Amino acid sequence: MPDLPTLWLFLIGLTFSIYFFLDGFTFGEGILQPFLARRERERRAMIGTVGPFWAANEVWIILGAGAIFAAFPLWYGTLMTALYPMFTLILLSLIGRGVAFEYRGESSNVRWRTFWDVTSFVTNLLPAFLWGMIMANMVRGLPLGSSGRYQGGVSEAINAFSVLGGLATLSMFILHGATFLLLRLDQADPIHARARHAALTAGAFATLFVLAFVYWGFIQEALFRSFGLTAWLFPAAAAINLLLIWAALARKKDTLAFAATGLTIVFATATIFINLHPVLMPSTIGDAYSLTVQNSASEPYTLRLMTYASLFFLPLILAYQGWNFWVFRRRVTGHDAAEDGQAVYGQT
Amino acid sequence: MNEILGFSTLDLSRFQFATTSIFHYFFVPFTVGFALIIAVLQTLAYRSGDPKLENLTRFFGHLFFINFAVGVVTGIVQEFQFGMNWQGFSNFVGNIFGVPLALEVLMAFFLESTFLGLWWFGKDRIPAWASLASIWIVAAGTTISAFWIIIANAWMQHPVGFEIKNGRAVMTDAWAIVTNPKGLEWFAHIWTGSLTVAAFFVLAVSAYHLRRRANVEAFRVSFRVALMTALIGSGGVILAGHEQGQSAVRDQPMKYAAFSALWDAPEGNQMPESLIALPSNDARENRFELSVPYVGSFLAFNNFTDKAKGINDLQKEYEAKYGPGNYTPWVWPVYWSFRVMVGLGFLMLLVTLVYVWRWRQGKLDDPGRLYPLLLAMPLVPHLANFSGWIATEMGRQPWIVQGLLRTGDAVSQLNPLWVLLSLAAFWVVYLTLIGLDVFLLTRTARAGMHEPDVETPSVPAPDYVPEGARL
Repeated sequence: MPDLPTLWLFLIGLTFSIYFFLDGFTFGEGILQPFLARRERERRAMIGTVGPFWAANEVWIILGAGAIFAAFPLWYGTLMTALYPMFTLILLSLIGRGVAFEYRGESSNVRWRTFWDVTSFVTNLLPAFLWGMIMANMVRGLPLGSSGRYQGGVSEAINAFSVLGGLATLSMFILHGATFLLLRLDQADPIHARARHAALTAGAFATLFVLAFVYWGFIQEALFRSFGLTAWLFPAAAAINLLLIWAALARKKDTLAFAATGLTIVFATATIFINLHPVLMPSTIGDAYSLTVQNSASEPYTLRLMTYASLFFLPLILAYQGWNFWVFRRRVTGHDAAEDGQAVYGQT
Repeated sequence: MNEILGFSTLDLSRFQFATTSIFHYFFVPFTVGFALIIAVLQTLAYRSGDPKLENLTRFFGHLFFINFAVGVVTGIVQEFQFGMNWQGFSNFVGNIFGVPLALEVLMAFFLESTFLGLWWFGKDRIPAWASLASIWIVAAGTTISAFWIIIANAWMQHPVGFEIKNGRAVMTDAWAIVTNPKGLEWFAHIWTGSLTVAAFFVLAVSAYHLRRRANVEAFRVSFRVALMTALIGSGGVILAGHEQGQSAVRDQPMKYAAFSALWDAPEGNQMPESLIALPSNDARENRFELSVPYVGSFLAFNNFTDKAKGINDLQKEYEAKYGPGNYTPWVWPVYWSFRVMVGLGFLMLLVTLVYVWRWRQGKLDDPGRLYPLLLAMPLVPHLANFSGWIATEMGRQPWIVQGLLRTGDAVSQLNPLWVLLSLAAFWVVYLTLIGLDVFLLTRTARAGMHEPDVETPSVPAPDYVPEGARL
């Protein structure tokens, strides 16, 4: 029989990779709005690049959480209880961001729009940073007692390594958002040129913070030490893609730049999840209290059932979500057409 | 465990879960029922090719959209809270409870969020049949989602298909869990209840415009569709509720006894049902009671002779079975919220029947003298849902999983300060959301439909570079 808990760690890692890939550019786009959009038309164009996609992008984290709940119940409760304040902020942010998307266009009142613009900026910024902190704490370990009871306070989760992790995801998502905009905005718009500048600036920070995170993790936290040759291919691929972004940006290859930022995120997430095997969550109190892939997994019956369901539904989901991207594939323009924020319904 | 302001982490976590669930549940049933009504309207528009109906669909679609966003984002909180505040619960039930939750995402959430985007933004980019298919897929998605979450909840009320292994409940029979009779009854109740939420909203909006003789031809159609939905919904919710009551007598007798404030099994050869009572947990009896004979037997057993067990008998029984402890829920909120729910259910049926009668009389274009009531009716199904959840979830305390896990053993060991802060933050955000939602719904509903060439603020579709231009 295949090793089902390991398979499920892989599937959860895959789900998180897809989530960070998709919601990463949504966060980046939201953070970049105040820096790139100078007129209402341009802001609307930026929102329009993610408008038909953000809700389905976000569903991947609901799947990620649901999969951890079903496949590793002990890990689920332990992780979320230990990092309670961070998850609370992420939840509040996801609420604010989603509502900002939908409610901003409901009125052309300037104060109304400013309110939602500020909300959108803050609620995209916070999770982009906090996900990095959570990932860093996940691999670094936390003071866990028996049955995953968290023995620390808030301060244990805030340390140089986790802040570095936050900065790494934040800058990486901004970069990914910028290359997404390069792909989605009309090249004739001045905002497109601004997005390229933003990508170069964010790229510098992302390169710095991502490499610093890996370096710190390896030297100070003794992570990634047990990696064999195959496992090292993932961080290596992430690093190569990170450098590839520069070449693509310099040669104005927008598609390649976006693919490279996306793959950096995917390979970096994979590196984190490889490090979770065989110890899912190390306890800094004692190895006996660490959560492992085997001791926190659900029974084979549950895992087998979930495997069949995923094998059936995941390809289907990828297919129709891909079709959704195809339908809205055309670049979005910010400089002509109807008046600001006005849509027409009823026209056939 | 330490406390803050006299509240323990358990108190605060329970209050937070109640808060976020109840707020979330203002939006969810609305989405479930409303998607279906819009799908029916769009089908009528598609078949008739009538631009007025097409316009009507977009008008209600806009209202749907205002509501949907809040429903989605408040739903994420529900899932994460199981891990954040209920570590003991998630570890105990994850093997079982996590599965319907994950299936809900795989089978429903992706469908809803993808196809709603396609439907709203893609109106001019996909063919008409694909647009119609999209809204039906959204409607199916909302229903599938409701099914799985109710299956998960039903397992907590009536665990089936499991065994206890290493201190956790593990799945032994997935089919038994999916076909949990409790789950199927509940789903019928929840789904028909959702129909009433959307139906009375559409009835009120349509009546408002019919009264003003605005777009009569279009709103006449939505009024009829909503009235049929209200009939199925309010009739079905009562019938399903009656079934649920009877299964509660068997599976959760303590909850049923609390619904009826039945402290001791009645003497004599029939069971009366209390109409008004002032139950007291301290005295373990009703300080005042007015009841009608035979009705209790009918509600619980469909006959006029059988009798259910009383709270005091069950308390003794449970002490013998599970050890010393308090197994009695807080009776008065359970009793009264149950009564409010039932009363409002019958009010919905009554109003629906009055308008069905008017339809037969050919007077449907005029809302008549009940018009003010009709405008207030959208609140009624919400209140009924709210009281229904209070009754059923408070009625099963102290159990979080009936007979297996107590609520007190399920809670995370959190610093109460953090829970207090998150609770306060959720209240602020949720109250703001409810306010904005009601404001936008009212404003948009009152503005009504415009002629197709008049522009209206709404969720804007982006402007795309025209076809033929370089990609």
